[in-house]
Amino acid sequence: MRFSWSQDQQAFSDAVRELLAKEGTPLVVRAAWDAPPGHLDRGVWDSLDAMGVLAVLVPEAAGGLGLDETFLVPILEEAGRVALPHPIVETAMVAAPLLGAGIGMIASDLGGPLVPCAADADRILLHQGDTLAVTDGDAVELTAATTVDGARRAATLSTPRHPEVLTDDPAVIALALDRGALGTAAMLVGLGQAMLDLTVDYVSQRQQFGVPIGSFQAVKHHLTNAALALEFARPAVARAAWSVAQSTPTRARDVSMAKAMASDAAELVGRQALQCHGAIGYTVEADLHLYLKRTWALARAWGDTAHHTDRVTHALEADLPSA
Amino acid sequence: MDLTWSASEEAFRADAHRWLHTNVAQWRTDHGGEVASGDTREGFAQHLDWERRLFHDRWAVVSWPADHGGRGATLWEWLIFEEEYYRAGAPPRVTQNGIFLLAPSLFEFGTPAQQEGILRPMAAAEDLWCQGWSEPNAGSDLASVTSKARRVPGGWILDGQKTWTTRGAFCTHLFGLFRSDPDSARHRGLTYFLIPLDTPGVTVRGFGRLDGDEGFAEVFFDNAFLADDAVAGGVVLGEPEGGWAVAMATAGSERGLTLRSPGRFVVTAERLVALARDRGDPTLRRRAATAWMHAEAYQQQTLATVTTLAAGMKPGAEASLAKLWWSELDIELHQLALDLLGPDAELEGPWSKAWQFSLSGPIYAGTNEIQRNIAAERVLGLPR
Repeated sequence: MRFSWSQDQQAFSDAVRELLAKEGTPLVVRAAWDAPPGHLDRGVWDSLDAMGVLAVLVPEAAGGLGLDETFLVPILEEAGRVALPHPIVETAMVAAPLLGAGIGMIASDLGGPLVPCAADADRILLHQGDTLAVTDGDAVELTAATTVDGARRAATLSTPRHPEVLTDDPAVIALALDRGALGTAAMLVGLGQAMLDLTVDYVSQRQQFGVPIGSFQAVKHHLTNAALALEFARPAVARAAWSVAQSTPTRARDVSMAKAMASDAAELVGRQALQCHGAIGYTVEADLHLYLKRTWALARAWGDTAHHTDRVTHALEADLPSA
Repeated sequence: MDLTWSASEEAFRADAHRWLHTNVAQWRTDHGGEVASGDTREGFAQHLDWERRLFHDRWAVVSWPADHGGRGATLWEWLIFEEEYYRAGAPPRVTQNGIFLLAPSLFEFGTPAQQEGILRPMAAAEDLWCQGWSEPNAGSDLASVTSKARRVPGGWILDGQKTWTTRGAFCTHLFGLFRSDPDSARHRGLTYFLIPLDTPGVTVRGFGRLDGDEGFAEVFFDNAFLADDAVAGGVVLGEPEGGWAVAMATAGSERGLTLRSPGRFVVTAERLVALARDRGDPTLRRRAATAWMHAEAYQQQTLATVTTLAAGMKPGAEASLAKLWWSELDIELHQLALDLLGPDAELEGPWSKAWQFSLSGPIYAGTNEIQRNIAAERVLGLPR
């Protein structure tokens, strides 16, 4: 038993954190709000690709790193920490194990009908009836959606012409959905941590009544509640990474627990962060809204808390003897 | 990341499982099938009988060294034991305040003579220890204790009052904080004493808790002479005037996993999931799954904590987060139990008893308001 990332896993995600601190700044998120469809800047994306992040789950023989979800999950937490606008869950977590290395940028409707970065992606992974299929971006008509988080860059899709069917194996499709939910849960933990860190800094500096507002108990208790939710969501996500990597019998239950807890935790952190920022947080000039709005979107993408709680309910009820 | 148990850990689990299942059933049968609450006089005696069975077969203090009555179990094995313990429906530990609160401090601060003299009778449930910290005017503000100790030839004179002492009316010994330097203030000048309750001048009065059981006591010290050798190895734990550091080590144990390991919460949550399923109400079923997730998250977070402890790191202020989580989880679980019982929830019974007990969780071991301050200042680094 060793419930912590290995040195290799830690070193990899630390390297990604360092990269994203330089190249994944709030300016990159703001640029993603403003760039026209099809013109998402790929600077940071290409750097991540060069580090091998997009091919973590691809076997070495196929040009990937041949690693598992316990490597990718801490990296996705880092991507969440900077509210990375690019479809990294869709590409690295969901599509790469199906399509291999060097696949460019993949958007997908597996997480919901609003497809993030649909116009920016090289290809689109589709949940079509009982199949997974892939299509070129120009084989579908995109209708851009106006989303609360402008960096989502989401669109709805028309039925594609001649998509290439990848599989009709329900187990493969279920795994893809679980991977997407797990990756999104990791992003949410990172988003929550980013909002908590921003807020701790802010309340330690902001003075009212002649003292930092972080010295007030009401503010301390808000932020402890936020930290508490994250402290207990994070191990749920780590355990689910292990369950997916090892294909344990409780994989689906553990992924759903991770997504439900991460969604709830990040939303709670967001509420407390906004409240503790006060009016300054209630603007589009402060960076907080970049993380807050992504949190609201991701908390409901790849299955909301009700959906995942129901999956946990069914899994538990099936396993337990009568009371 | 490796979330599998080793073969020897699995073997340990199987041993614990076998012993517990046989002996819990036997103990209940021997007491007529119905065992009273351990916080009543009748029930306390029945629970002592259970504690002695545990000790006889070396399951009372699994993590202690063999020469103190344990089996030298690792922290991992201890967690496994706890999980099996509650899964087997074994009763609450009436010895817990000695074994889980005082003993860790004895291992850290006690002299070899104290360890030799105190630990084994504690594990055997011959000496029963209660905690004497709170006073009528010192609850969350523990550093404001005013009970006094005065050095005299051959011992100490104790004066003052302790209260809300869990199971004080049934115990034989008390560990407590006294102000030994009359000119001191706050956390300086406090000494951590080990006191037989039959010391002349010590009076114990039991009184009813919220749930009606005589689980509380107030303890009066009236010019009580505590001889230096009243407890084997000496009556002062740590240095005189160094009691605060010892108390804080004990508080860390109280807030963290030694007092409230995750097993009991996961087992309760599983029972509630099964009850909700059988009741069929979709809202209650979803609430049960949510409560189970919160219990399971505590289990996973504990595995992460134990991983750092097993690597030699000291427990820190994160224990405050754990205390907040398990105490509020316990209320969530029992609130749900009442809602599953519906109108029957007002009947006296194990669930209504446990519900009332759960309400004490955010109060004892430092109120949750204090824990939130500690976490904000020491985990998040917010200004005092």
